[in-house]
Amino acid sequence: MSPNFNLTWVAALTAEIGLVILLVIVLAYDRFLKPENRRRVGLLTAWGSFIILLAVLGLWFFFDLPSAQVSLSESLIWGGMLRFDNVYLVFTVMFLAALIITSLVAMDVPRLQRSEFYALLITATLGFVLMGGAADLIMVYVALETASISSYVLAGFNTESKRSSEAGMKYFIYGAFATGIMLYGMSLLYGVTGQTNIYVIGQMFARGDLILGVQPIILLAAAMTIVGFGFKVASVPFHFWTPDVYQGSPTPFTAFVSTASKAAGFAVFLRVFQSGAFGDISSFSPTTAPGWWAMLVAMCIITMALGNFVAIFQTNIKRMLAYSSIAQAGYVLIGLVALSQDGSGAAMFYLLIYIFTNIAAFGVIILVSNKTGSDEMKDLYGLNRRAPVLALVMMFAVLSLSGIPPTAGFFGKFFLFRAAIEAGLWWLALIGILLAFVALYYYLGIVKYMYLYRSDEEEVAIPVSRAAKIGLVVSIFFVLYLGVFAGPAFEWTRQAAAAFFPG
Amino acid sequence: MEFPFLSLIALSPLLATVFILMLPKERGENARMIGLAAMVLNLLLALYVYVFYHQNLPEPGVPWAATLRFLEEYTWIPSIGINYIVGVDGLSATLVLLTAIVGLGGVLISWSIDDRPREFYAFFMLLVAGVQGVFVAVDAFLLFFFYELAVLPMYVMIVIWGWKERREYAAMKLTLYLLIGSFISFIALIVLYFQLPNQGLPLTFDLRIWAEANFPFNVQMIWFMPLFLGFAVLAGIWPLHNWSPDGHVAAPTAVSMIHAGVLMKLGAYASMRVGIQVLPEGTVYWMPFIILLTLVNVLYGSLVAMRQRDMKYLIGYSSVSHMGLVTMGFAAMNLNGFLGAGIQMVSHGIMTALFFSVVGMIYDRTHTRNMDDLSGMRKALPWLVIPFIIGGLVSMGMPGLSGFIAEFPIFMGVWQGTSIDLNAVFSLNPASYYNWIAILSVLGIIITAAYILRAVGKVFFGDYAGDKWHDMRPLLAIDKMTLIGFSALLILIGVLPVVIAPMVESGVMPVVERLENAQQAVTVMNSVQTAAVDLFQWLGGA
Repeated sequence: MSPNFNLTWVAALTAEIGLVILLVIVLAYDRFLKPENRRRVGLLTAWGSFIILLAVLGLWFFFDLPSAQVSLSESLIWGGMLRFDNVYLVFTVMFLAALIITSLVAMDVPRLQRSEFYALLITATLGFVLMGGAADLIMVYVALETASISSYVLAGFNTESKRSSEAGMKYFIYGAFATGIMLYGMSLLYGVTGQTNIYVIGQMFARGDLILGVQPIILLAAAMTIVGFGFKVASVPFHFWTPDVYQGSPTPFTAFVSTASKAAGFAVFLRVFQSGAFGDISSFSPTTAPGWWAMLVAMCIITMALGNFVAIFQTNIKRMLAYSSIAQAGYVLIGLVALSQDGSGAAMFYLLIYIFTNIAAFGVIILVSNKTGSDEMKDLYGLNRRAPVLALVMMFAVLSLSGIPPTAGFFGKFFLFRAAIEAGLWWLALIGILLAFVALYYYLGIVKYMYLYRSDEEEVAIPVSRAAKIGLVVSIFFVLYLGVFAGPAFEWTRQAAAAFFPG
Repeated sequence: MEFPFLSLIALSPLLATVFILMLPKERGENARMIGLAAMVLNLLLALYVYVFYHQNLPEPGVPWAATLRFLEEYTWIPSIGINYIVGVDGLSATLVLLTAIVGLGGVLISWSIDDRPREFYAFFMLLVAGVQGVFVAVDAFLLFFFYELAVLPMYVMIVIWGWKERREYAAMKLTLYLLIGSFISFIALIVLYFQLPNQGLPLTFDLRIWAEANFPFNVQMIWFMPLFLGFAVLAGIWPLHNWSPDGHVAAPTAVSMIHAGVLMKLGAYASMRVGIQVLPEGTVYWMPFIILLTLVNVLYGSLVAMRQRDMKYLIGYSSVSHMGLVTMGFAAMNLNGFLGAGIQMVSHGIMTALFFSVVGMIYDRTHTRNMDDLSGMRKALPWLVIPFIIGGLVSMGMPGLSGFIAEFPIFMGVWQGTSIDLNAVFSLNPASYYNWIAILSVLGIIITAAYILRAVGKVFFGDYAGDKWHDMRPLLAIDKMTLIGFSALLILIGVLPVVIAPMVESGVMPVVERLENAQQAVTVMNSVQTAAVDLFQWLGGA
């Protein structure tokens, strides 16, 4: 661990500092707003986070911060709490992008034009960013709770709606329980090793410092930690909250939680399990893998299967996308169980494009349900005649979710399957692909509803504000751009993923 | 740098899609002009490529990489060996031209479409771009990318503009069949990519390197079937053909044309290019089994076609039967077989396009395709009779038309295929086995004659019930042009096979040579195996 304080330590916190400043501004700005100008809160959030994003990217581009050359011990800063590496950068960019696009599409939902909503989004993002860099079990927990507590409130934000209150409550109870178990697992790990920094623990395993008899305890600790992380990424069997929360929450928050929160969960998932903190994985092969590896593989397969099969039967579009997002978590898990740099890089690439894809899909739903007042599947009927651009955006979004070129989802899945096959797991890739076709069935259903079915309200146009249009167009631009020129972005995440592995 | 002919061929329809989508809603009619312009450009470029290649045929015996012309190479994702490489050999140049012709025909046939023409042409152009892309791709990943691009618009077009009663079912079935098949091939592609014996060079999807590589025998044996069958789904191979008649029937006319005319060739082409050419030993090992499937294809397809009353189903099942001949040509594993298969792809492509346009024109006017309800169309639509009969004769393999040029070499090739030593594979004497297949498959032609003649008799001849059909508007000039064009091509190929045969031959030659070498390899391996078995038995006996 780097003992000497220097400016890098502060530079590492650019995003966090920026978000805190933005939080204060948003809260203060609210006092001076006339009721008719309320939508400006969202605009302010979007602009603010855009500036932060530019600052973070600028530091990386002009000053090489974080640098890939820095050794592990130098990159551990603030007493080993955070690790300032490229993984941190990639995830920070993801969360800020999610925040920007969410604010843009949420701006015109009248019920959410309140500074509290955006303030909570910002604090949740703050938690996510810290999760992206957390290198210490304590930091993992604190960051995760920061993010979670904001999320619980956001899920129940619609106080007039019973479903929203139910969502908030359900999310809270599940979350508290899952993180409690996770904390127990972490304390077991601490009890065995006497350390809280995951990289220090990893080095102990690598050197063989630990006595032989602790293996069962480590496995138990790993299993318990998986509970907490699995809850955060909504993978089976810790997914039960997902459909209810996604359906009940205000839709912009659903968009946010299904993308940024999932990505943050995977940030800690990838980092903790690949740092070697639960056993050395440097010489990994399926036969000699630690016990928790088999658990993760099972989780991965069941998550893909259950998410996709149950999604077929949904009639509520948000609920369907909830199950689809469970299935998507299963696909990202393929990248994790490959336990390789390519696998993690592919997982990060997938999460990156998933943010654009899923927020675009939810953005369309926000705009449609703003007009119709519900979010049933039949609201999408005849969308092509009602709002051709929205239908096109939605079509590209679902194609990307199902992994059909020329959308980014195709490359996302390709990189994941490639990593799996490289690790010798071609059967896992095959299962993933077959289940992707189950998904195709309901995704194509959406295309059918929009383009083929008729509705009585085809004459009623759907108003799209300029901000929402920008949000959607930018998302779809990235979905299509990364669907053709995926190389540089994948290279970026893949090289960043080197930081997951010690030495 | 050379002029990027092939990129333009593949990407100009894609650009047309973008332009069409940018048209304002009220000027959607203009979409067809953009579509027409793109397809005319496409046809001119394809014709140039074809004629140029025909003038400069490669020497026989050179490796596949040396037969490629109009090569363009750009890096795409260099770190994992994916590059944008396009080029054509004799076969793909022919198929590119075929696609351009059928695509142009499709644009003309759907000139009067009135339901959301903007979307229709946008998706249609996307479809053409995908198909052209597959034929020009020299990189396995690029090929797959375009392949997927071609499948998706089919779904949307069938669902929106298809036949109301079955479109949702048929579209979903078609999409799932094709995508599952192709993605299973994709897994095999990635596995092969990692298994590439490349002596320390970086991994690559470049097919020129794959076409020279000698994959280990066990890799070939295991992964040939997923790779070949996954793509062959789109060629309508027997137990997996079920999507195809339903898809043909439900699709709007232009899409049926592209679908049966070109898209099914995509499957055959891809399974040859990356299945047979890359894994020759796997081919030799499995083909004696696959040829049985293709025999079922030919006979079963034509027998089911006999039973059909719906004209589109009739053509759909006849397509299954004719595409069976293509795969059978592959399974013969000699030059005649491949040559016939290549020509059959073109001949069948134009023939089905012709059939579907005729049926589409009848259906537009009578709103039925049931052959029992139709009769005497000769009187109402005399322009349709001769093209339909020409198509029918091609389908039966009548000499002087393209069908004969295609089917005769296939049967000959299968007959010759008996020279292959297959003893160790199925432990039966193949000398009789391939002969029987040739004999039985010729029966398919007789059945074809039966159902085609029945259709011609029922639909075009007999009494004309004039007052039954209110809407017998005359054919448009573009309709007639399309019909004449297609018929003329079928006759041209039949009378002057030299316009196409050398092209196809130069395209399939490298594949055949590779197979011949592999046959030697498998024979050597078999004799080693036999020796080992003998030794083992001798030890056991002693």
